[in-house]
Amino acid sequence: MASRLTRSNRAGWLFALPGFSLLFLFIIIPFFFAFWLSLTNQRLVSPNPAEFVGLENYRKLLSVAVVTLEPERDEAGQIERDSDGAIKYPRVRTITRNSDNPQYRGMGEWFRWHSGDNAKVVIASDVVFMKALTNTLIFALFIVPLQGGGALLLALLINQKLRGINAFRTIYFLPVVVSIVVISLLWRFIYDGDDGLLNSLLGMLSFGLFEPVDWLGRTDTALGSIIVMSAWQAVGFHMVIWLAGLQTISPTLYEAAAIEGSSRWQTFRYVTWPGLRNTAVLVLIVITMQAFALFAQINVMTNGGPLDSTQTLVFQAVERGYGKQDISGGSVISVVLFLLVLLISAVQGILTRERK
Amino acid sequence: MATLKLTDVRKSYGNVDVIKGVDLEISDGEFVVFVGPSGCGKSTLLRMISGLEDITSGTLEIDGKRVNELPPKDRGIAMVFQSYAIFPHMTVRENVAFGLTIARASKAEKEAKVAEAARILQMEHLLDRRPSQLSGGQRQRVAIGRAIVRKPKVFLFDEPLSNLDAALRMDMRMEIGKLHGQLGATMVYVTHDQVEAMTLADKIVVLKDGRVMQAGSPMELFHEPANRFVAGFLGAPSMNFLDVEVTDRTEREANVTNAALEPIRVAHRNRINGARTAVLGIRPQHVRATEPGQGMLHGKVTLAERLGSETVVDMTLKDGSKFIATFGEDKVFRPGESVDLLFDPERALLFPAEE
Repeated sequence: MASRLTRSNRAGWLFALPGFSLLFLFIIIPFFFAFWLSLTNQRLVSPNPAEFVGLENYRKLLSVAVVTLEPERDEAGQIERDSDGAIKYPRVRTITRNSDNPQYRGMGEWFRWHSGDNAKVVIASDVVFMKALTNTLIFALFIVPLQGGGALLLALLINQKLRGINAFRTIYFLPVVVSIVVISLLWRFIYDGDDGLLNSLLGMLSFGLFEPVDWLGRTDTALGSIIVMSAWQAVGFHMVIWLAGLQTISPTLYEAAAIEGSSRWQTFRYVTWPGLRNTAVLVLIVITMQAFALFAQINVMTNGGPLDSTQTLVFQAVERGYGKQDISGGSVISVVLFLLVLLISAVQGILTRERK
Repeated sequence: MATLKLTDVRKSYGNVDVIKGVDLEISDGEFVVFVGPSGCGKSTLLRMISGLEDITSGTLEIDGKRVNELPPKDRGIAMVFQSYAIFPHMTVRENVAFGLTIARASKAEKEAKVAEAARILQMEHLLDRRPSQLSGGQRQRVAIGRAIVRKPKVFLFDEPLSNLDAALRMDMRMEIGKLHGQLGATMVYVTHDQVEAMTLADKIVVLKDGRVMQAGSPMELFHEPANRFVAGFLGAPSMNFLDVEVTDRTEREANVTNAALEPIRVAHRNRINGARTAVLGIRPQHVRATEPGQGMLHGKVTLAERLGSETVVDMTLKDGSKFIATFGEDKVFRPGESVDLLFDPERALLFPAEE
């Protein structure tokens, strides 16, 4: 049965063909291909035929366990301590390499905490992936309020009738237009440990008291530095979205609020914010999805280092698929990422839906 | 309760003068209507009273106290907007209580005052609805509710009925009139609709190009308009104006005539000085039809509209000018038919030719 769509519009379909084939070739096929590849042991270039391995890749990626380490004791049964007084524990490999525990084979320590004298160690079969996962989640957790809130603040500032306000709009939007790769390169100079702009600035402001920090070279500052820079880069884009939302709010509502004696904060709370509700949902979901796709900044600035402190899911997927030629490993991460983003977006959608 | 006094109030945007010196006194409990064509400055004047617009010069006093520099909330006013301006995400209850929420009133106080406002406006059953579930008239009722809970000294209405359909407009007009009687508050009301002005006002202020043309009671303005603009603005269909020659004048009266008009004597009210030409105003309702050759005005019918209760006749007079006559009965006129009109010269008004 030919529908009107297929029957009457041969030329139309012909025009759509290039676009459709590109979408098909580079979006739709790879999407399903990734699912399939994640179930095999396919390598990027390999003389051996790929084999179907079922969920083995997922097991290797996601296996996590908690093991308990008891303190080492001397002959008298006293807990042994090192020179700092910290309790000595056996090494984790005494468990993971013990033939009594074949289920822990190949797993490594992810992190640990102490409960009483014992140490609880979380071991994972793919520690790098786990770090990438947590880093990505941390990134998303911080970037959403930072970027969304910052963008709202800017939007409120530039949503005024002032002379030259368009210059400010342009300035704030400028980083969005510049490629993220270029921006990452520039910020590498800013964050430089020796004579970076940030260090010089902080040194100047504190009259030389500030000790220079190698922002991208330390595990405790690298991810934070990337978060700040990423928030700065895209804040202008979301500012424009907020601005569009702000301008849909009727000016008479503000006048009505002014007549009733509403303060600035009350006006924001009772008029502006409720009027931005739909915009807020959009901004929230867009930022979250972008956050989970974090790649270029990492690739240019840190390559996941130092000590995996800036590993992210997409960076790992690319690293494995192309760097290590383990295309099935990269596909597994992609699929996990897809499911994760789907889940989070769905939860956000449910939490923010309009209550009747 | 409050009195309002405007003294030489002016407003300019850059070089453009919008309000060109308005003097006005509004007494306690008075219902004052600002009326005038689009762009006459009536809304601007109201917004200046509310504090939403600055006053460029002159003074505005509420209860004898200068309030030029006070923000809206400290002027003791409440305002109802044409677009309702109710908050779409709040229920009716929350909307009505908004001013109290802002002032951090207690819950019990809010409940009591909202209930009272709802009772006055007969909208108890609407309190838990959202604005999207309300009709235009109901929304405007909510906006009025929000205004009355704070017991303001002065109510300001900015074309509150213009977004409503005709039938609803009449209902709401009556309700606003009733509300004024009930609350006894001072109200200032802006409209371009002269029926609203005539029916609601204790005092009408007719504005044109930022100036007050005339202020007074509706009947005073209707029967004794100070100038041609006011005469033409009030009344529907509007007053007919005939260019006439002044042939003779005494202390009180003048002889006027033109090609379509038999010579008549009308009171000139010292308006025409020594001019040779003038304008004679005749309301469409003030004429009677008579046989050709027996009336004071001679013309032909171009169009007749029979409305049942009255008949509106468009005529072309002998000198080529247009004339509209309405007759308070159902009467048949054929296009092209010659008709003569009679009228009482005492009800005709003489204005200077140039204004």
